[in-house]
Amino acid sequence: MVLVFAEQQKGKFKKATLEAITYGAKTAQLLNTTCAALVIGNAEGVDNLGVYGATKIYQINAEGLNDFDSQSYAAAIANAAKELGAKVIIMGHSSTGKSLLGRVAIRLEAGSVAGVNQLPSVEGGFKVNKNVFSGKAIATYELSSEVKVLSLMGNSLAPEEMGAAVAPEELSVDVPASRVKVLEAKTVDGEVPLPEAELVVSAGRGMKEPGNWGIIEDLAKSLGATTACSRPVADAGWRPHHEHVGQTGVAIRPNLYIAAGISGAIQHLAGVNRSKVIVVINKDPEAPFFKAADYGVVGDLFEVVPKLTAAINAYKAE
Amino acid sequence: MKLLVCISKTPDTTAKIAFTNGDTEFNEEGVQFIMNPYDEWYALVRALELKEAAGGSVTIINVGTSANDAVIRKGLAIGADDAVRIDADPKSSYFVAKQIAAYAADKEFDVVLTGKETIDFNGSEVGGMIAEALDMPFISYATHLEMDGNVAKITRDIEGGAEVAEVSTPFTLSASKGLAEQRIPNMKGIMMSKRKPLNVVAPVEISDPSKVVGYTLPDAKESVKLVDPENMTELVRLLHEEAKVI
Repeated sequence: MVLVFAEQQKGKFKKATLEAITYGAKTAQLLNTTCAALVIGNAEGVDNLGVYGATKIYQINAEGLNDFDSQSYAAAIANAAKELGAKVIIMGHSSTGKSLLGRVAIRLEAGSVAGVNQLPSVEGGFKVNKNVFSGKAIATYELSSEVKVLSLMGNSLAPEEMGAAVAPEELSVDVPASRVKVLEAKTVDGEVPLPEAELVVSAGRGMKEPGNWGIIEDLAKSLGATTACSRPVADAGWRPHHEHVGQTGVAIRPNLYIAAGISGAIQHLAGVNRSKVIVVINKDPEAPFFKAADYGVVGDLFEVVPKLTAAINAYKAE
Repeated sequence: MKLLVCISKTPDTTAKIAFTNGDTEFNEEGVQFIMNPYDEWYALVRALELKEAAGGSVTIINVGTSANDAVIRKGLAIGADDAVRIDADPKSSYFVAKQIAAYAADKEFDVVLTGKETIDFNGSEVGGMIAEALDMPFISYATHLEMDGNVAKITRDIEGGAEVAEVSTPFTLSASKGLAEQRIPNMKGIMMSKRKPLNVVAPVEISDPSKVVGYTLPDAKESVKLVDPENMTELVRLLHEEAKVI
């Protein structure tokens, strides 16, 4: 069995969870087995995980799982995997997944790969690929243990409707008491978080001052995109820390990354070079970012960005 | 407070990435190696600050061959009290974590710190693995840490925001930007680092369940297609019809 930890946030499943379910279902097909989803706590649309490929859904509720503690969560997942005889355990490569992956691997004495980006190959050994060297290369890992644990990089495959709704079953496993007390969680509501965004509009020092960000926000709004920024402007406090993409900030791989007024230092590229399509707007034709771009516009961003917003609005109005 | 900081040696951010031996090994030729920035700037410096505030000791630990000694000495020059090198050539996060946990098991460290990930393998797994093997809580991607006695209040990055949690020692954390500010070793630190102990320890036997069997480089990017800044309608058309992203 392939077991997918179906992560929820505030009672909802995000796209990354549905991606993991579809990935799990397709991996199960390759291995000639079934895919089950594991839900911790209660959430909206649990049955619906079946639509994305889970043929069984198990739900765990226990005292130790009220706050997120990687230790009690990992114990719940590992104990469920043992109980159900799961041989491959999959989770999203989210902040939660990153906290859990290594713990689950140690508990199950399993080989693990963090941030896989395509389906495994199962002929002559179980092999998976992931990006390494901050996107500059791809490594193929071979896992030789009986049990394998993977986290799936977001936006690596699209969730597919490949089944029907399934009623969840309660699963009872041993869960240790939590030793972590969550005091508060502050998240920006009403906006797609950067790691999950398909469209991203980003800007840097070329914006000259924080008061100029209106044109970037307008462009993002016209596309339904999430805003991001480069390190210097986050460090200067022009933009919030969580918007910073790059080596030391968030690493993203959206379908479209539009960068205005960002020169494209290697540290910035490390966080965005896995984007499917990159558009660079910069008045300096020598900006290194153009080398990594699919489309480039050499021009003054204060003129180009509003024109692009108008063109997108016109396209959407058609 | 007894602090253990796990450090890794990585190629410099600007290093040319190439492979040898039938694309199964990283080509180290001409590559400059550094201490993994998240380990150095954030994990090590925050550990030193905790020691400066409350007393205790900072030990750095690395799993690697003697080729790593220069990077380890740098950690001592920045201010760690002593260093441990587990003498092995690691091939996976699992191997590294098991070695560190085996060493730390009977040493009663209060806090174990790692960087959020290494810039070569981008795994972010070692911290959680050590914590699991040592039966400790683990907080990942910590951006802020305050200690009050043995209770820590830690802020960590989550999608689109931050979470604040409270945990008591002993615990493990992985360090992200914001936890501390980079320190440059001074001449005194560099001189003293030569006299500080660097203990080389034999590895324990571990059967490693994972290994890299090959590397590939991403397809070379086609050169950029320039669009007339006066014609953004054309850019929108390309994004829709050619790139199919909107």
